[in-house]
Amino acid sequence: MSEIVSEGGMDADTFAQFTDQLKRYVRERLMPAEEQVLEDDAIPPDLLGEMRDMGLFGLTMPEEYGGSGMNVPQYIETIRVLSYALPAYRSITSINLGMVCSALKNAGTEEQKSEWLPRLAAGEIACFGLTEPGSGSDSAAMATTAKRDGGHYVLNGSKRYITNAPHAKLGLIMARTNPESMPKNAHVSAFLVDMETDGITVGKPDKKMGQRGSHIADIYFDDVRVPADALLGGEEGRGFATAMQSLDNGRLSIGAASCGYARRILDTALRYSGERKAFGETIGNFQLIQAMLADSQAELYAAECMLRDAAAKANKGKAIIEAASAKMFASEMCNRVADRCVQIHGGAGYLAEYEAERFYRDSRIYTIYEGTTQILQLVIAKNMLRDFASGAAA
Amino acid sequence: MKILVPVKRVIDYNVKPRVKADGSGVDLANVKMSMNPFDEIAVEEAIRLKEAGKADEIVAVSIGPAKAQETLRTALAMGADRAILIETDDDVEPLGVAKILKAIAEEEKPGIVMLGKQAIDDDSNQTGQMLAALMGRPQGTFANTVEVDGDSVTVKREVDGGLETVKLTMPAIVTTDLRLNEPRYASLPNIMKAKKKPLDTKAPSDYGVDIAPRLKTTNVSEPPVRQAGDKVEDVDALVAKLKSLGVA
Ligand SMILES: Cc1cc2nc3c(=O)[nH]c(=O)nc-3n(C[C@H](O)[C@H](O)[C@H](O)COP(=O)(O)OP(=O)(O)OC[C@H]3O[C@@H](n4cnc5c(N)ncnc54)[C@H](O)[C@@H]3O)c2cc1C
Ligand SMILES: Cc1cc2nc3c(=O)[nH]c(=O)nc-3n(C[C@H](O)[C@H](O)[C@H](O)COP(=O)(O)OP(=O)(O)OC[C@H]3O[C@@H](n4cnc5c(N)ncnc54)[C@H](O)[C@@H]3O)c2cc1C
Repeated sequence: MSEIVSEGGMDADTFAQFTDQLKRYVRERLMPAEEQVLEDDAIPPDLLGEMRDMGLFGLTMPEEYGGSGMNVPQYIETIRVLSYALPAYRSITSINLGMVCSALKNAGTEEQKSEWLPRLAAGEIACFGLTEPGSGSDSAAMATTAKRDGGHYVLNGSKRYITNAPHAKLGLIMARTNPESMPKNAHVSAFLVDMETDGITVGKPDKKMGQRGSHIADIYFDDVRVPADALLGGEEGRGFATAMQSLDNGRLSIGAASCGYARRILDTALRYSGERKAFGETIGNFQLIQAMLADSQAELYAAECMLRDAAAKANKGKAIIEAASAKMFASEMCNRVADRCVQIHGGAGYLAEYEAERFYRDSRIYTIYEGTTQILQLVIAKNMLRDFASGAAA
Repeated sequence: MKILVPVKRVIDYNVKPRVKADGSGVDLANVKMSMNPFDEIAVEEAIRLKEAGKADEIVAVSIGPAKAQETLRTALAMGADRAILIETDDDVEPLGVAKILKAIAEEEKPGIVMLGKQAIDDDSNQTGQMLAALMGRPQGTFANTVEVDGDSVTVKREVDGGLETVKLTMPAIVTTDLRLNEPRYASLPNIMKAKKKPLDTKAPSDYGVDIAPRLKTTNVSEPPVRQAGDKVEDVDALVAKLKSLGVA
């Protein structure tokens, strides 16, 4: 496959040296600890400390803010490599590296950047609050409000399914600063909220289908007073635009999670195909099994290529169609590969004792968050139609 | 106290080596290369001694092709302070390596030269011993634990049936065994810092030693494929089978 573009990021040698170490770290440390994470439904504190020391929370923050200054293709490749292991390991880093880091980089004031970026790079955990009980895909319909009161804003409302909420020190919270919905969603603003502020309650972690070791919860805001300088960029009405700017990266990150995990799943299917015997032969000798393996490989390779291309394009500017396509295709692919892995395992694939069953449950979220497949279809089609009408299509 | 740590660039331990068709050696084209695992243990031990305040500088040295720079960068990223590459595309045998290391040790004056007990490519297990002999200094090979106290270093050695303890007066040569420690991973921040650490490049000729090969490899071949076993029904059948094979 083509090289990882290093333009605007870390130099290629340093990056190669790091991915080498990371691959080993994944194989020798993260994977052997998976059983423990599954049993405890938590990453052991020591291991989390090690992940911080490895620099995994600082990949995307600029060097002057204590990070490693990776560009989009390098960040996405790193997530792909990391995602060969249990999804919880990516999940705990994902909000720091993705949404919150890009929002701060793109829209934060100098004070906000120098306050938060080094802390995030060092591994203080962030969460991102957009979804609410009454609004998911239609997130601009949110009900949480932020009202100006002298030198403060007062937040009221609730957020739902918020990844890392139980661990977060910083919340990037989207709230209405205008009761009326406005064009370009200018009624939404973004706030950098210290999660220890009075009036914030985090609900019990939700019970989920998969992704054990990673946690989501509700966040309730009850007259939460935050200083006015918690408003991202110091300007009202920019919240939604900021979130949208970071979407390409977020989608590519899910694409990378899907590709990395699908590789693990396919390797597991290959191993089983070489071990299990039926009708006096290893099942890998049967052409119907081979067809499942071959389809999986072809689709995974396609997704990897899309991901790399979309990341290179996103590095240069907007790549809405490419990033949405890569996320949509990769996440659906991961689910198909996981489904085949179960099938190849026969009865064993249905049992919790085998990894295939877990892969199937873990993969399911990838077609839902950071834009459901249906929402992405709309995004891709709308942008294509718009580009075509304006003559911008190639 | 300074520690000199020689590190070798070898075929990665996860790679299944392939022998060249003409039997002249192992095919290294497009094969992943890494630091010899025993040398990683040596680097780790040196760093731990430095962290414990027993050493104040760690110098990593590699003898090999330009690409061995990567191996040195890994040592620097783990925590070595500076590095020396003696660049050569020739195959340098353990004796040649030991001679170069002796010359470097004379310049650098380390308290300990910490080597891997062997490299996983040629499994020679000679360099440390040869270096000790050439330098006329004590050696503690197959180290299981290393303790520095004043001007001596105590090494527990892994020997058949247990551990043997030797106390060496520094400067001394120590070679590391597998169980000495578990080497750390180079973190991303340290990999980035390592780029700014000094790495000198020299040539074998700078040391005026004769490194011409003394050995000739006549043939390299794949290990024989293990024959599949036979299953027998019961003990009687087993005994009969062994008899028929002439082993019982
Ligand atoms: C594990 C997990 C982690 C999450 N983490 C976060 C987080 O950190 N922060 C955060 O803000 N949110 C988070 N979410 C929320 C997630 O982003 C939403 O669940 C997702 O956007 C879908 O919204 P919804 O659940 O309200 O579904 P809905 O919007 O109710 O969608 C239901 C169905 O309708 C379809 N649909 C909706 N609108 C249309 C349309 N116009 N045309 C066609 N079909 C449509 C959808 O595709 C879907 O199939 C998380 C969710 C989960 C499960
Ligand atoms: C929840 C559950 C309940 C069950 N209940 C019962 C029960 O009550 N009684 C009972 O007797 N059994 C029961 N089973 C066992 C079930 O019937 C078997 O798991 C099923 O027949 C598949 O057999 P296997 O698991 O050995 O898979 P395998 O036969 O090992 O198959 C593995 C894979 O190889 C494929 N394969 C095998 N042979 C070929 C071939 N020639 N060509 C192409 N592909 C091939 C299979 O399609 C599958 O994808 C149950 C299993 C489960 C999970």
